[in-house]
Amino acid sequence: MRYVLRRLVLFMITLWVALTVNFFIPRLMPGNPAEAMMARFRGRVNPAALKALEAAFGINTQKPLLVQYLEYLGNTLTGHFGTSLTFFPQSVGTVLAQALPWTLGLVGLTTIIAFAAGTLIGLVAGWRRGGVLDSLLPPVFVITSALPFFWVGLLLVLAFSVTLSVLPNDGAFDVTLTPGFNGEFIGSVLTHAILPAVTILVISIGGWILTMRNNVVTILTDDYIKMARAKGLSNTTIMYGYAARNAILPNLAGFAMSLGFVVSGSILVEYTFNYPGIGYMLLQAVNNEDYPLMQAMFVMITVTVLVAILICDFLTVLLDPRARTEA
Amino acid sequence: MTASVNTTDAGVRPAARAKARRRGVGATLWRALRGSGKALTGAIMLVIFLVAAIFPNLFTHVTNPGARAYGLSLPPSASHLLGTTSYGQDIWAQLVWGTRQTLFVAVIAGALASVLSVLIGVAAAYLGGVADDILSLLIDVFLVIPAFPLIIVIAAYANGGNLAIIVAVLVVTGWSYGARQLRAQALSLRRRDFLESARVRGEGWFYIVVCEILPTMVSLIAANFLGAALYAVLTAAGLQFIGLGSPSSVSWGTMLHWAQSAEALQTDQAWWVVAPGLCIAALGAAFALLNYAFDEISNPALRPVHRNRRNRGGN
Repeated sequence: MRYVLRRLVLFMITLWVALTVNFFIPRLMPGNPAEAMMARFRGRVNPAALKALEAAFGINTQKPLLVQYLEYLGNTLTGHFGTSLTFFPQSVGTVLAQALPWTLGLVGLTTIIAFAAGTLIGLVAGWRRGGVLDSLLPPVFVITSALPFFWVGLLLVLAFSVTLSVLPNDGAFDVTLTPGFNGEFIGSVLTHAILPAVTILVISIGGWILTMRNNVVTILTDDYIKMARAKGLSNTTIMYGYAARNAILPNLAGFAMSLGFVVSGSILVEYTFNYPGIGYMLLQAVNNEDYPLMQAMFVMITVTVLVAILICDFLTVLLDPRARTEA
Repeated sequence: MTASVNTTDAGVRPAARAKARRRGVGATLWRALRGSGKALTGAIMLVIFLVAAIFPNLFTHVTNPGARAYGLSLPPSASHLLGTTSYGQDIWAQLVWGTRQTLFVAVIAGALASVLSVLIGVAAAYLGGVADDILSLLIDVFLVIPAFPLIIVIAAYANGGNLAIIVAVLVVTGWSYGARQLRAQALSLRRRDFLESARVRGEGWFYIVVCEILPTMVSLIAANFLGAALYAVLTAAGLQFIGLGSPSSVSWGTMLHWAQSAEALQTDQAWWVVAPGLCIAALGAAFALLNYAFDEISNPALRPVHRNRRNRGGN
């Protein structure tokens, strides 16, 4: 119980820190960018958009900083992010709602596949200590997990789109099709997702394999494994019921942690493939100096990652008796 | 392992002990390089990049890699090893000169981040109590905030260009993982005999931390520095790739950005994309291999089986 409370407190504090940083970044930058921005936009932006900008930053209001800060916190927590400048007059919330399903579908699914496959391979490698798999995997995956996301994506484009012309390298579906639940459209979505998905898979699977292998290797030296062997339990029981069950726990926490990295990687992958998810939108917002959208995107990514981590923490409590009794 | 050595040498004169320990740090690092093929490969790659960063003229006669002095989009040839860009710059020369900024960012950001993680991690473990609770919470908070979106937002406000801001952000977002590992390691040391004996001798906290605790964590600190440097290389390259890097000097990430904007893949200039990415990957791999080798040293269970056996016989 104390563990759950501790994780909840951490969740609240992290969220608060992230929101506060997000509020102060524009105010801490040299040369007061808020005013510079106003100057830049005056005259070439719709008055309503200017209002959105003022609301997002609290510029031109005579209110003290603390009041602005509290208003910002209130607006953010209730989901009032204002109006997007790039996609004017759509609200920031609407833009987010359009981009989110693409990212969740692509990154979410790929992350789960990478986690499942990587954990299984790591388990087998760690179990057969000193075997071919075990001596081959670490050097290979230490290197693949250090590859730049975007470069792997570009190489895949070079191979499958430019040279072989078998897969599309751009967008989430064929723009000549009308979106809908029909075979043709779904097929188009799937073929467009292959290259970005493979990119994320190639980069992120190595981490799971290595951590799982290392966990299993460490656990196999523990006394309860020797005890299980001495009792004459079958190898399969020891491997899955004893080694895997315990080795996966730190991996679960790592899984949650690395979601942050997957989100980072997906920003680069979405940029490389012009995939219309959250990351691609964030970069569009950056290029168009759409600051309300940028701030909201950051909040959204942070909240998504934090909620995922919280879920993993609770799962750990369910699976690990030690986490229930200890701190 | 080192701990047991320290308990037995408690009676030796302090000067001799300090000398032995200084040798111990160097020996630990040297053993890491000598004993592992992964580490040796990583170290050789790193040395090549270091030479290229310090003496670019050894590798190319071009002194200004940004100059648009050659034919546009030339294929690789004897005079232009990797061809030229769509703007008439020599790609090989840009690659060689780009080593400098990429390596500089990695080393500075990696070093500062690991200093921060040593300070906070060891302080949390050594102070204990409320201080540990607060510092641990701080570590956890920084561990879970998604760094890259934050960096993008900050870089956008800072109008990209500023290298100092990028390094600062890499440090602020890159220290927490190492701090957590070092805290755990330092905690496990707290009750060891050699620290007790130092306290009984009446040594101050500074001596204990610097001369007793830190030397036993050399390989872990080295692993953390390499991990932070790897993080800096990939993150900075990612920022430069999406166009948020410093435009004033050539780096591998910026080269990729220019290549992507010029649609190099679609216009048969594959080398423009492949070469800088290969360099980022190679530098990243060098850091990652060394990092893994030092991790193996600080966690003996991870060492390859055959080598473990030999060590057991040798010791």
